[in-house]
Order: sequence, then structure tokens, then C-alpha cells
Amino acid sequence: MRQQFLERFSWIDLFLWVLRVGVIVLIVWGTIRSLALGKYSATTWLSLIIAGLAQGSIYALIALGYTLIYGVLLMINFAHGEVYMAGAFTSTIVAEALKQSGYAERYPIPMIGLLLVVSMVVSTVVAVLLERVAYRPLRGSPRLVPLITAIGASFALQYIFRGLYGSAFHTYPEFGRMWGRWNVGGATIQVVQVVVLVAAVVMMVGLYLFVERTKTGKSLRAVSEDKEIAALMGIDVDRVIAITFAIGGLLAGAAGVCRGLYQPQGMYWFMGFFPGLKAFTAAVLGGIGSIPGAMLGGLFLGVFESVGPNLFLEGLGIPAAYQLKDVIAFTMLVLVLMFRPQGIMGEKLAEKKA
Amino acid sequence: MFESIRLDWRSLVRLGLLAGVIAFSLCTIGMVETFNERELISGVFTVGHVLLFAVPAGVGYLCAKDSSKSKRIAVLASGFIVGLFSALPLIVLVLLVRAIDLRELGLVNMSPALGDLLTFNLGGVVGSLVLMALTGVLGLAGSAVHVMPDRIRRPLMNGVLGTLGVGLFSDIVIALLRNLFGRGAVRLLFAAGSLKPGVGIGLFIILAGVTALWEARGERFRGGLASMVPIPGRHLRLVGPVLGILVVLILPLLLGTYLSEVADVVGLYILMGAGLNIVVGLAGLLDLGYVAFYAIGAYTMAVLTSQTELGYGLSFWTALPLTVLAAVLAGFILGVPVLRMRGDYLAIVTLGFGEITRILALSDFLKPLFGGAQGIQKIPNISIAGVEFVKPEHLYYFILAGCLLAFFISSRLRDSRLGRQWMAMREDEDVAEAMGINLVKTKLLAFAIGAGFAGLAGAIFAPKLSAIFPHSFNLIVSINVLCLIIVGGMGSLPGVVVGALILVGMPELLREFTEYRLLLYGVLLIVMMIVRPEGFWPSEVRKRELRAGSEEPSPAGGGNPVEPT
Repeated sequence: MRQQFLERFSWIDLFLWVLRVGVIVLIVWGTIRSLALGKYSATTWLSLIIAGLAQGSIYALIALGYTLIYGVLLMINFAHGEVYMAGAFTSTIVAEALKQSGYAERYPIPMIGLLLVVSMVVSTVVAVLLERVAYRPLRGSPRLVPLITAIGASFALQYIFRGLYGSAFHTYPEFGRMWGRWNVGGATIQVVQVVVLVAAVVMMVGLYLFVERTKTGKSLRAVSEDKEIAALMGIDVDRVIAITFAIGGLLAGAAGVCRGLYQPQGMYWFMGFFPGLKAFTAAVLGGIGSIPGAMLGGLFLGVFESVGPNLFLEGLGIPAAYQLKDVIAFTMLVLVLMFRPQGIMGEKLAEKKA
Repeated sequence: MFESIRLDWRSLVRLGLLAGVIAFSLCTIGMVETFNERELISGVFTVGHVLLFAVPAGVGYLCAKDSSKSKRIAVLASGFIVGLFSALPLIVLVLLVRAIDLRELGLVNMSPALGDLLTFNLGGVVGSLVLMALTGVLGLAGSAVHVMPDRIRRPLMNGVLGTLGVGLFSDIVIALLRNLFGRGAVRLLFAAGSLKPGVGIGLFIILAGVTALWEARGERFRGGLASMVPIPGRHLRLVGPVLGILVVLILPLLLGTYLSEVADVVGLYILMGAGLNIVVGLAGLLDLGYVAFYAIGAYTMAVLTSQTELGYGLSFWTALPLTVLAAVLAGFILGVPVLRMRGDYLAIVTLGFGEITRILALSDFLKPLFGGAQGIQKIPNISIAGVEFVKPEHLYYFILAGCLLAFFISSRLRDSRLGRQWMAMREDEDVAEAMGINLVKTKLLAFAIGAGFAGLAGAIFAPKLSAIFPHSFNLIVSINVLCLIIVGGMGSLPGVVVGALILVGMPELLREFTEYRLLLYGVLLIVMMIVRPEGFWPSEVRKRELRAGSEEPSPAGGGNPVEPT
């Protein structure tokens, strides 16, 4: 028995176990301390959670693009954050023009609809073009190759849009104000947060129905099972892949408008990079390839990020914990990939996929 | 007469319009206008023109390449037509820019000046016609290049490319001239940093003439050379390398301070590239957070040597081994969690590590250690026996020594047992493990040694700037290093140098390009992956590996191809 244990024992496992236990102890300890300090009231926590859910639903919409594309091509579309940026940034430019002309004030709802259309169209076009120009010629090449291409595409897109609209920060019209606030048990909730959350959920239900109920959805699932067999069954694989990118683009475009409604400031050419990374984290967290997983992962990550600095870090005596918001997201990504790479909802991935 | 020439009008128009849309996009993102500020030939010709004209000429060439089987006159005519149609989107652009001020709508680069540039200040109608005629002629020229015989094409191409090259890298040429022949020579040939028109034409004629002569008479000379080589034997073969070494050694003297600074930056990137080459090129572990080790090296050096209250005030030489050790340790520690991840996941997680490092260095949390956003100042210069390395010319030798060390170590490692294990692991982890390779050890060593090189680069970077800030260590550094080893050729050491010269050296010389540097990187990465995934100077192994998939075994090649089962 002892012999067996010694044979199996390795320093790596020990290190990983120490890491696991250490992280859990830190989180628990930080949480207890923070709660014991009592610096924040229950209503503060509630509004932090709602803010996290709104932010998380934006992540979730972007994460769906990662998940869908990973499902069919088994590649991480590193440039998906830029697809989101393309729609969001373009719609910001249009929104500023609408604001100047006064339409945005007079007819807010139709104008939001218009922006949604602009953003979704631009993102979809960018996503489909990206697939056609950068990824399609590389089908069947070694796995690092499309990833490197995606990194290149990401930078190219950023700087194309920077060249197009300039490097300045832009601001959405304050549409979110018009809905005002709700007061729930002492906690104030911006209605726009609820709007964003509901919009995201509606879109995701729509996507789920599309994938499960329509014929195109069926062929999409077939392609993600096995491209060759799907082709033999008479499915146009290239077309299905293009449709997948288009759907990813549509959702990312919608996410762009949600972001504009919820956080009007700070729209610029680099705005897609970190949301893209975090959405990827969300997709992995939920189990990459799973549609409900991306939704859950996004919401989870949003809440974690919003609550985390105050809950886990402040109790550990870390000053200005909000600066480490991104560290929480990335640490979470590392931990998930280390200890549960299949995510919350994901099936156990075969070796070739992992 | 025209009945005999059949043209596929639809595809020609489509191709021309596509090229026009590309040129249109280049204009809308401001590249043409920005590059227009850099003159190649004084007062006549700018980089913007090159960019703009390259599109119709290139598409004319492609068009000729596709239809090389048809009659010569038909090929030329289609080149001309494609060129003509590529002007249409640009004319639309001119009309747009003249009709409304698009800048107010947020398209910042659509200025009326762009319209003037496209119509050569000749006014709307005349200018558009001239533009159309010009693109037509360029398309024609592009297709002509494909059609004409080699003995005309080579002199022409050498003349054009050589003159453009001298114009583009005028900084180097000017510095060389100034240091070798004095300022008079510079003033004679250049006006405000660009070639004088007469000089440009002269250069073209000389280059074309020399090439033509070489083409016509070269055979005999080459034959003579070939028969000469065996006689003096080794001595002649040594001339090339010896000259190369000499040039590298006296480079700072030739280049002057500014260009030496550029050479220093290139050197640091070569050093990092050699390290990442081990991790990505040999071991096949895509690391996007390589900057973390560079940062760890620089910060360790800064903390150990800085003379502020943050530092311990050690000397550079005491701190150097500790710094490299710290980076190697960091490589081990960050390597452990990612041991079981592959490919894409590994890339994203290492990217996360890089960002975490930067955010932590920037945060108030670690400010007492690393100085937060203000960074660490007062890092003493490198000194040997009381002599301080201050000027870039002096640091150059230090960095050169570092690079040579890195090259020595990595070439020895590549040919060692460990190197073979890395390459086996890169090809297939499972098979490598089945062959008895200890994956854990092999992977960790790759991370650690790669990290050590980055640590060394960081250790030189800190005293070079004498102050470091978290902003110097963002993701772009990782991407730069990755790009340079990919462009050079993964796993190839000369490739690292080529990649660093192209990706780090060139942009420093073309300062007008700064704004579009990463755009060009991105496009270069995509194009490289599609057209030449093995890089400019590939290692032998890699070349075979990447080409293996595309080359079907030919049945005529003798032997039976293995039946797929």
C-alpha cells in the first residue's frame, strides 16, 4: 500500500494540491473577513450582484460566439472580441451622429432598434469576412496555424477600426437613463441592467431554439459532430461554418449595443480585447461547446468579477482591490482549466479536443 | 482584329472592383494619407503612392498569372481593364470626400486632402480621369511584368525595388554615408531625408544596367568563379562569414547613436526570440505570456540594483545571476499549472499569466515592492571594471554578447538529447510519452530555459532605460516576439534574427508607420500562415513537417504509396 502510494506520488501533484487548497483557503478566509468587517450592507451586495449579472450577460453573448465556433471548427477564434468591437464601435459612431441630430432624444426606442441593426450587421459582416479571408484557406492545417492567424486577425481588425474612426474615446447617448431606477428592498437597481439581462436571455433562448429546432441548426450540430460525415450526408460544410460565424457575429453585435446601453463611456478601438478574453473565460467556465454553458459561465463570471474584489480580496487586506478585477477573471480561467477543464456544463472532452 | 481576343469581362470587372475596394479601404483607414508624408523621392514620389499604386499593379500581375495561357495581347488587355476598373471605387471615394465632410460623421481620415491626393491636385474631373488612366497603365505594367522575358524583367525589377529600398531605408543609407564620406555626400544625394529626383533615376539606371550586364555576361564570370573555388579551398569560403562578423562588430561605428539604439532594441528582441524559440519553436508550447518573464527579469534587476528606497543597491554583476535564476524559477512555477494543457488553452492561460503579472506590477497592492504605476527609478548603468556602458553604441556590444551566448546555448540544446525530446514532444505528445520521454521534466525545462533568456533580456533592459514602468511590459511585447519567430521560421535560429530585423528593426526605421505597425503585423501573420507557414528562414525539420500535409505522394514517384487503412 505504502509502496503504491510512493510510486504514484509526484511533486507536481503535491504542488497542484497545495495550490488548490491554498486558493480555497484564501477565498474562504477573505470572504469571512470581508463579511466580518461589515463594510458593505446586504443591499450593496445585491446591487453588485445585479451589476455583475448585467455585465455577465454581455460576456455571455460574446461567449456564445466562441462556443459555437469552437463547436464546429475546434479552434479558438481569438479575434471574436474584435468582432464585438466592430459592431459596438460602429454603432457608437452612428449613435453620436443620431445624438447630434436630435433623433436619439426624440425617438429613443426606434433609434436603439436602428443601432442594434447597425451593430449586428457590421459584426456579422466582419465575422463572415474573417472566416472567408483568414480561416477558410487554413482548413486542415496544424492546430497552431489557425490560432496564430486568429491573433493576427485580432490585431489587424483593431488597427483597421482605429484607422477608420480614430483613436479617441467615444460615448453612447445616455439611453439607459430614460428607464430610471427601481427600488427593491432598499437596493437601487438601474432598469437598464434588467433590460440588458432580459435581452440577452431572450437571444439565447432564440439561439437554443434555432440550434435545436431548425434544419440549419440540425446541420450545424451535425457538422460539429463530424465534418466529414456531415459532408457525406449532403451538408454544405463551408456554408454551415459561415453561418456559424454569422450567428456569432449577430450575437456579438447585440452584445455591443447592450454594452453601449449599460456602460456608455469608453468606446474605442481596443474595447474588444479584454471582453473577448473574458468571454472566452466564460465559455471555458461553462464548458466550451455548450450553449447553456456559455450563458451560465458568462453570468457567473460577471457576478464573480463584480463581487470578487470586495468579497475575496478586501478581507485579505489588499488596498484598492478593484484594480485587481481582471486578475480575478484570469485567475479563474487558470483554475478552471487546471482543475475542471470541461467546465460547469461541458461533457468530458476527448483527448483530441482538449 | 479584336474578334480574336476573347476577354472574360465579368471576372475582370469583379477583380478590378475588388482591387479598387482594397485601395478604397486603405484610403479610408488613413494609411495612404499617413504614408504620403514620407517622401521616397524628394517632391515627387511618396510611400503613400507606392501603397496606392501597388494595388492595381499587383492585381494586374495576378490577373496575368491566372490567364498566362491566353495570347499575350489578351493578357495585357485584361491587365489594363482590371487596372481601369480598380480606379472606380477610388473615384467614388473622391466624389464622396468632395461632397460631404465625412470627418464630422466620425470617419476621421476621410479628409478633403485625401481627395486632392487621389486626384493629384488636378481637380475633380481631370484628376479622376488621370487617376483612371494611371491605374490602367499600372495594371498593364503589372501584367506586362508577368509576360515579359526574364532578361528584361530582372533588370527592371531590381532597378525599381532597389531604388524603392534605398528610398525607404534612407535613414540607414544616410547614416552610412555620413559616417563614411561626411555630410557633403549626404547633401549631394539626399534632400530632407529623401532621394533627389535625379539621383533616384540614376540609381534606377545603375541598378538596372548592372543587372542587365550580369544577365548578359554573368555566365562566364560565374563559370570562372565556380572553377576558382576548389583551388584556394577553404580561404575563399571563409571570406563571407569573416566579413559578416566584421560588419557586426563595427556596426555601431557605422550607424551612429540613433541607429545603434535601434540595433539594441533589435538585439533585445533577438534575445527574447531565442528564448521563445525554445518554448514555441522546439517544444511546440504556444506561450502568449512570454512578457511575464521579461518583466520578472527587469523587475528583479530593478529591485536588486535600484538606488531608491525600493532597491537593495547591489551591483549589476551580483544581481545578474540572481535575476536569471528568478526568471528560471518563475518559468518552473508558471509551468506547473499548465503542464496538462495543450494548444489553444495553453495559449490563453499563458496570456492570462502575462496580464496578471502586469496588473499586479501596476496595482497599489504591490506598490511597496514594485512602485506601482511610477515604476522603479535610478537603476545604475552596467559597468565593467569601472567603465560604464551608457551610450547605445557601448550597450550594443553587451547585448551582442548576450545574443551570442543565447545562440550558443540554444543551438547546443537543439542538437542535444533534450532538444530531440522537445521536438518529439512537439510532433506528438502521446507518442513522445510512449517513447519514454518524461513530459513533465521536458516541458518544465523548456519553460524554464525560455524564461531564463527573457530574464536576461529584462536584466539588460532595466539598466538600459535606468527606470522601468509596468507599461513597458504589456501584451504587445509577447505578440511581437511571437510574430518575429513565426515570421523568421519557428525553430530556426537564423530565423529569429531575420524576424527581429523585419518586425522590430524595420518599423523603427519607418517611423511614419508606427500607427499602422500592428495592423501590418496582423496582416503579415495571416498572409504568412496562408502562404508560407514555415517562415522566411525555416529550419529543415519544420519545413518538412508543414509541407508534408499538402504534398500528396505521387504514384509516379516510384514505390507504392501506403494504403490508408
